[in-house]
Amino acid sequence: MNWNSAGEFFAMGGYALYVWGSFGVCALAFLVEPILIASRHKQIVRTLRRQVAAEKLEMETK
Amino acid sequence: MSNRLMNWFRFASPHTFYPLAGRLIPVFWALAAVFGAAGLWLGFFVAPTDATQGEGYRIIFIHVPTSWMSMFIYLVMAGWAAMGLSLNARLSSMMAQALAPTGALMAFLSLWTGAFWGKPMWGTWWVWDARLTSELILFFLYLGFMALQASIDDPRRADKAGAIVALVGVVNVPIIYFSVKWWNTLHQGASVAIGKSPSMAVTMLWGMLLMALCLWMYSIAVALRRVRAIILEREAHTDWVKQLSEVRV
Repeated sequence: MNWNSAGEFFAMGGYALYVWGSFGVCALAFLVEPILIASRHKQIVRTLRRQVAAEKLEMETK
Repeated sequence: MSNRLMNWFRFASPHTFYPLAGRLIPVFWALAAVFGAAGLWLGFFVAPTDATQGEGYRIIFIHVPTSWMSMFIYLVMAGWAAMGLSLNARLSSMMAQALAPTGALMAFLSLWTGAFWGKPMWGTWWVWDARLTSELILFFLYLGFMALQASIDDPRRADKAGAIVALVGVVNVPIIYFSVKWWNTLHQGASVAIGKSPSMAVTMLWGMLLMALCLWMYSIAVALRRVRAIILEREAHTDWVKQLSEVRV
Protein backbone atom coordinates (compact mmCIF):
# COMPACT_ATOMS: atom_id res chain seq x y z
CA MET A 1 0.00 0.00 0.00
CA ASN A 2 1.36 3.41 -0.99
CA TRP A 3 -0.76 5.59 1.29
CA ASN A 4 -0.95 5.94 5.06
CA SER A 5 -4.09 8.08 5.07
CA ALA A 6 -6.82 9.38 2.82
CA GLY A 7 -5.31 12.86 3.04
CA GLU A 8 -2.02 11.55 1.74
CA PHE A 9 -3.83 9.83 -1.10
CA PHE A 10 -5.62 13.02 -2.17
CA ALA A 11 -2.43 15.07 -1.85
CA MET A 12 -0.71 12.78 -4.41
CA GLY A 13 2.71 13.72 -3.12
CA GLY A 14 2.18 17.37 -4.06
CA TYR A 15 0.88 16.58 -7.55
CA ALA A 16 -2.81 16.72 -6.58
CA LEU A 17 -3.73 19.44 -9.11
CA TYR A 18 -2.13 17.57 -11.99
CA VAL A 19 -3.21 14.03 -11.14
CA TRP A 20 -6.80 14.93 -10.18
CA GLY A 21 -6.99 17.51 -12.96
CA SER A 22 -6.28 14.71 -15.42
CA PHE A 23 -8.41 11.96 -13.90
CA GLY A 24 -11.22 14.34 -12.96
CA VAL A 25 -11.72 15.74 -16.43
CA CYS A 26 -11.56 12.24 -17.95
CA ALA A 27 -14.13 10.93 -15.45
CA LEU A 28 -16.40 13.88 -16.22
CA ALA A 29 -16.05 13.29 -19.97
CA PHE A 30 -16.87 9.59 -19.62
CA LEU A 31 -19.96 10.48 -17.58
CA VAL A 32 -21.23 13.22 -19.87
CA GLU A 33 -20.76 11.46 -23.21
CA PRO A 34 -23.23 8.61 -22.49
CA ILE A 35 -25.75 11.14 -21.13
CA LEU A 36 -25.54 13.18 -24.34
CA ILE A 37 -26.00 10.06 -26.45
CA ALA A 38 -28.97 8.92 -24.36
CA SER A 39 -30.67 12.26 -24.88
CA ARG A 40 -29.96 12.08 -28.63
CA HIS A 41 -31.57 8.63 -28.73
CA LYS A 42 -34.54 9.80 -26.69
CA GLN A 43 -35.05 12.75 -28.99
CA ILE A 44 -35.19 10.69 -32.19
CA VAL A 45 -37.52 8.17 -30.53
CA ARG A 46 -39.82 11.04 -29.50
CA THR A 47 -39.85 12.41 -33.05
CA LEU A 48 -40.60 8.97 -34.49
CA ARG A 49 -43.42 8.43 -32.00
CA ARG A 50 -45.00 11.71 -32.99
CA GLN A 51 -44.71 10.72 -36.65
CA VAL A 52 -46.30 7.33 -36.09
CA ALA A 53 -49.11 8.89 -34.05
CA ALA A 54 -49.76 11.47 -36.76
CA GLU A 55 -49.92 8.76 -39.43
CA LYS A 56 -52.31 6.74 -37.33
CA LEU A 57 -54.55 9.73 -36.85
CA GLU A 58 -54.53 10.39 -40.57
CA MET A 59 -55.57 6.80 -41.27
CA GLU A 60 -58.42 6.98 -38.77
CA THR A 61 -59.84 10.26 -40.01
CA LYS A 62 -59.82 9.11 -43.63
CA MET B 1 -19.28 -22.05 -44.95
CA SER B 2 -21.91 -20.31 -47.00
CA ASN B 3 -24.21 -20.60 -44.04
CA ARG B 4 -21.75 -18.88 -41.76
CA LEU B 5 -21.19 -16.08 -44.27
CA MET B 6 -24.93 -15.59 -44.50
CA ASN B 7 -25.13 -15.18 -40.74
CA TRP B 8 -22.50 -12.46 -40.75
CA PHE B 9 -24.08 -10.54 -43.56
CA ARG B 10 -27.41 -10.74 -41.81
CA PHE B 11 -26.09 -8.24 -39.25
CA ALA B 12 -24.77 -5.90 -41.96
CA SER B 13 -28.19 -4.30 -42.31
CA PRO B 14 -29.28 -1.59 -39.88
CA HIS B 15 -32.55 -3.45 -39.35
CA THR B 16 -30.90 -6.53 -37.82
CA PHE B 17 -27.98 -4.71 -36.25
CA TYR B 18 -30.12 -2.31 -34.21
CA PRO B 19 -31.48 -4.93 -31.77
CA LEU B 20 -28.15 -6.81 -31.70
CA ALA B 21 -26.30 -3.65 -30.67
CA GLY B 22 -28.91 -3.08 -27.97
CA ARG B 23 -28.20 -6.51 -26.51
CA LEU B 24 -24.41 -6.12 -26.70
CA ILE B 25 -24.17 -2.71 -24.99
CA PRO B 26 -24.63 -3.94 -21.37
CA VAL B 27 -21.90 -6.55 -21.89
CA PHE B 28 -19.40 -3.87 -22.89
CA TRP B 29 -20.46 -1.58 -20.02
CA ALA B 30 -19.85 -4.43 -17.58
CA LEU B 31 -16.43 -5.22 -19.07
CA ALA B 32 -15.46 -1.53 -18.97
CA ALA B 33 -16.44 -1.32 -15.30
CA VAL B 34 -14.47 -4.43 -14.36
CA PHE B 35 -11.33 -3.45 -16.28
CA GLY B 36 -11.61 0.14 -15.04
CA ALA B 37 -11.91 -0.86 -11.38
CA ALA B 38 -8.96 -3.24 -11.67
CA GLY B 39 -6.86 -0.73 -13.59
CA LEU B 40 -7.51 2.13 -11.14
CA TRP B 41 -6.82 -0.10 -8.18
CA LEU B 42 -3.49 -1.24 -9.66
CA GLY B 43 -2.62 2.28 -10.78
CA PHE B 44 -3.33 4.01 -7.49
CA PHE B 45 -2.81 1.38 -4.81
CA VAL B 46 -0.41 -1.24 -6.11
CA ALA B 47 1.95 0.45 -8.56
CA PRO B 48 4.92 1.89 -6.66
CA THR B 49 5.91 5.56 -6.52
CA ASP B 50 8.15 6.55 -9.41
CA ALA B 51 11.78 7.23 -8.51
CA THR B 52 12.06 10.49 -10.46
CA GLN B 53 8.47 11.74 -10.91
CA GLY B 54 7.02 10.81 -7.52
CA GLU B 55 3.24 10.40 -7.56
CA GLY B 56 2.88 12.73 -10.56
CA TYR B 57 3.65 9.89 -12.95
CA ARG B 58 0.27 8.27 -12.13
CA ILE B 59 -1.20 10.40 -14.91
CA ILE B 60 0.29 7.72 -17.18
CA PHE B 61 -2.62 5.40 -16.32
CA ILE B 62 -5.05 7.69 -18.11
CA HIS B 63 -2.76 9.53 -20.52
CA VAL B 64 -1.37 6.52 -22.36
CA PRO B 65 -4.74 4.71 -22.70
CA THR B 66 -6.50 7.82 -24.06
CA SER B 67 -3.62 8.39 -26.49
CA TRP B 68 -3.69 4.79 -27.69
CA MET B 69 -7.45 4.90 -28.10
CA SER B 70 -7.33 8.18 -30.03
CA MET B 71 -5.08 6.54 -32.61
CA PHE B 72 -6.78 3.14 -32.58
CA ILE B 73 -10.29 4.57 -32.94
CA TYR B 74 -9.08 6.63 -35.89
CA LEU B 75 -7.84 3.50 -37.66
CA VAL B 76 -11.09 1.63 -36.94
CA MET B 77 -13.12 4.64 -38.06
CA ALA B 78 -11.15 4.92 -41.30
CA GLY B 79 -11.58 1.16 -41.81
CA TRP B 80 -15.37 1.41 -41.48
CA ALA B 81 -15.40 4.49 -43.71
CA ALA B 82 -13.38 2.63 -46.36
CA MET B 83 -15.76 -0.29 -46.18
CA GLY B 84 -18.71 2.05 -46.55
CA LEU B 85 -17.05 3.65 -49.54
CA SER B 86 -16.02 0.46 -51.35
CA LEU B 87 -18.97 -1.81 -50.55
CA ASN B 88 -21.53 0.99 -50.46
CA ALA B 89 -22.67 -0.35 -47.09
CA ARG B 90 -24.77 2.10 -45.11
CA LEU B 91 -24.13 0.54 -41.73
CA SER B 92 -20.34 0.76 -42.16
CA SER B 93 -20.57 4.49 -42.78
CA MET B 94 -22.84 4.86 -39.79
CA MET B 95 -20.24 3.06 -37.64
CA ALA B 96 -17.56 5.48 -38.82
CA GLN B 97 -19.86 8.38 -37.98
CA ALA B 98 -20.57 6.91 -34.55
CA LEU B 99 -16.88 6.50 -33.70
CA ALA B 100 -15.73 10.00 -34.64
CA PRO B 101 -16.96 11.95 -31.56
CA THR B 102 -15.53 9.34 -29.18
CA GLY B 103 -12.22 9.41 -31.03
CA ALA B 104 -12.18 13.20 -30.86
CA LEU B 105 -12.88 13.00 -27.14
CA MET B 106 -9.96 10.58 -26.66
CA ALA B 107 -7.63 12.85 -28.63
CA PHE B 108 -8.75 15.83 -26.55
CA LEU B 109 -8.24 13.93 -23.28
CA SER B 110 -4.84 12.76 -24.46
CA LEU B 111 -3.83 16.38 -25.04
CA TRP B 112 -5.44 17.52 -21.79
CA THR B 113 -3.82 14.89 -19.58
CA GLY B 114 -0.56 15.45 -21.47
CA ALA B 115 -0.69 19.14 -20.62
CA PHE B 116 -1.36 18.32 -16.96
CA TRP B 117 1.62 15.99 -17.02
CA GLY B 118 3.86 18.34 -18.97
CA LYS B 119 3.35 21.26 -16.61
CA PRO B 120 4.92 19.69 -13.48
CA MET B 121 7.54 17.61 -15.34
CA TRP B 122 8.65 19.86 -18.20
CA GLY B 123 7.51 23.18 -16.77
CA THR B 124 5.13 23.93 -19.62
CA TRP B 125 1.56 23.02 -20.57
CA TRP B 126 2.39 22.88 -24.25
CA VAL B 127 5.33 22.78 -26.65
CA TRP B 128 5.28 22.51 -30.44
CA ASP B 129 6.95 19.16 -30.22
CA ALA B 130 6.45 16.57 -33.01
CA ARG B 131 4.46 14.19 -30.82
CA LEU B 132 2.17 16.87 -29.37
CA THR B 133 1.64 18.62 -32.69
CA SER B 134 0.78 15.44 -34.57
CA GLU B 135 -1.71 14.47 -31.83
CA LEU B 136 -3.28 17.94 -32.14
CA ILE B 137 -3.58 17.36 -35.90
CA LEU B 138 -5.35 14.06 -35.14
CA PHE B 139 -7.84 15.96 -32.99
CA PHE B 140 -8.45 18.41 -35.85
CA LEU B 141 -8.85 15.52 -38.31
CA TYR B 142 -11.67 14.13 -36.18
CA LEU B 143 -13.29 17.56 -35.99
CA GLY B 144 -12.85 18.03 -39.75
CA PHE B 145 -14.45 14.65 -40.47
CA MET B 146 -17.42 15.51 -38.25
CA ALA B 147 -17.81 19.05 -39.59
CA LEU B 148 -17.66 17.90 -43.20
CA GLN B 149 -20.28 15.19 -42.64
CA ALA B 150 -22.53 17.63 -40.82
CA SER B 151 -22.27 20.19 -43.62
CA ILE B 152 -23.52 17.89 -46.40
CA ASP B 153 -27.27 17.34 -46.40
CA ASP B 154 -27.39 14.12 -48.41
CA PRO B 155 -26.19 11.45 -45.94
CA ARG B 156 -24.77 9.11 -48.60
CA ARG B 157 -22.73 11.92 -50.14
CA ALA B 158 -21.63 12.99 -46.65
CA ASP B 159 -20.46 9.40 -46.03
CA LYS B 160 -18.35 9.42 -49.18
CA ALA B 161 -16.76 12.81 -48.58
CA GLY B 162 -16.07 11.93 -44.95
CA ALA B 163 -14.53 8.59 -45.93
CA ILE B 164 -12.01 10.30 -48.21
CA VAL B 165 -10.96 12.71 -45.47
CA ALA B 166 -10.70 9.85 -42.98
CA LEU B 167 -8.56 7.79 -45.35
CA VAL B 168 -6.20 10.63 -46.23
CA GLY B 169 -5.82 11.37 -42.51
CA VAL B 170 -4.65 7.82 -41.76
CA VAL B 171 -1.13 8.88 -42.77
CA ASN B 172 -1.01 10.93 -39.57
CA VAL B 173 -1.32 7.91 -37.26
CA PRO B 174 2.11 6.37 -37.96
CA ILE B 175 3.53 9.90 -37.80
CA ILE B 176 2.23 10.25 -34.24
CA TYR B 177 3.37 6.80 -33.27
CA PHE B 178 6.92 7.10 -34.61
CA SER B 179 7.34 10.83 -33.95
CA VAL B 180 9.35 10.18 -30.80
CA LYS B 181 11.76 8.06 -32.86
CA TRP B 182 12.00 10.18 -36.00
CA TRP B 183 12.50 13.52 -34.32
CA ASN B 184 14.22 14.74 -31.21
CA THR B 185 11.23 15.39 -28.99
CA LEU B 186 10.69 16.61 -25.48
CA HIS B 187 8.10 13.84 -25.20
CA GLN B 188 9.62 10.63 -23.90
CA GLY B 189 9.95 7.54 -26.08
CA ALA B 190 7.43 4.71 -26.19
CA SER B 191 6.77 3.16 -22.78
CA VAL B 192 5.74 -0.10 -24.35
CA ALA B 193 6.93 -1.28 -27.76
CA ILE B 194 6.77 -4.51 -29.67
CA GLY B 195 10.01 -6.46 -29.53
CA LYS B 196 11.32 -4.55 -26.54
CA SER B 197 10.90 -5.47 -22.91
CA PRO B 198 8.92 -2.72 -21.20
CA SER B 199 10.98 -0.19 -19.30
CA MET B 200 8.71 -0.13 -16.27
CA ALA B 201 7.52 -2.15 -13.30
CA VAL B 202 5.15 -4.99 -14.13
CA THR B 203 2.35 -3.55 -11.98
CA MET B 204 2.61 -0.21 -13.81
CA LEU B 205 2.40 -2.00 -17.14
CA TRP B 206 -0.65 -4.00 -16.06
CA GLY B 207 -2.36 -0.92 -14.69
CA MET B 208 -1.88 0.78 -18.03
CA LEU B 209 -3.06 -2.21 -20.05
CA LEU B 210 -6.17 -2.67 -17.89
CA MET B 211 -7.04 1.02 -18.23
CA ALA B 212 -6.56 0.74 -21.99
CA LEU B 213 -8.90 -2.29 -22.04
CA CYS B 214 -11.42 -0.31 -19.97
CA LEU B 215 -11.40 2.57 -22.46
CA TRP B 216 -11.59 0.11 -25.34
CA MET B 217 -14.75 -1.48 -23.91
CA TYR B 218 -16.13 1.97 -23.04
CA SER B 219 -15.57 3.14 -26.62
CA ILE B 220 -17.36 0.10 -28.04
CA ALA B 221 -20.32 0.59 -25.69
CA VAL B 222 -20.59 4.29 -26.46
CA ALA B 223 -20.15 3.82 -30.22
CA LEU B 224 -22.86 1.16 -30.26
CA ARG B 225 -25.23 3.44 -28.39
CA ARG B 226 -24.49 6.28 -30.76
CA VAL B 227 -24.88 4.10 -33.85
CA ARG B 228 -28.33 3.06 -32.61
CA ALA B 229 -29.38 6.71 -32.48
CA ILE B 230 -27.86 7.31 -35.93
CA ILE B 231 -29.68 4.27 -37.34
CA LEU B 232 -33.03 5.63 -36.13
CA GLU B 233 -32.26 9.09 -37.47
CA ARG B 234 -31.27 7.86 -40.89
CA GLU B 235 -33.81 5.05 -41.25
CA ALA B 236 -36.70 7.12 -39.92
CA HIS B 237 -38.64 6.65 -43.16
CA THR B 238 -38.57 2.84 -43.07
CA ASP B 239 -41.32 0.54 -41.88
CA TRP B 240 -39.18 -1.51 -39.53
CA VAL B 241 -38.33 1.59 -37.50
CA LYS B 242 -42.00 2.43 -37.19
CA GLN B 243 -42.69 -1.13 -35.99
CA LEU B 244 -40.17 -0.91 -33.13
CA SER B 245 -41.71 -1.39 -29.71
CA GLU B 246 -40.17 1.85 -28.37
CA VAL B 247 -41.65 3.82 -31.26
CA ARG B 248 -45.11 2.27 -31.58
CA VAL B 249 -47.84 4.09 -29.69
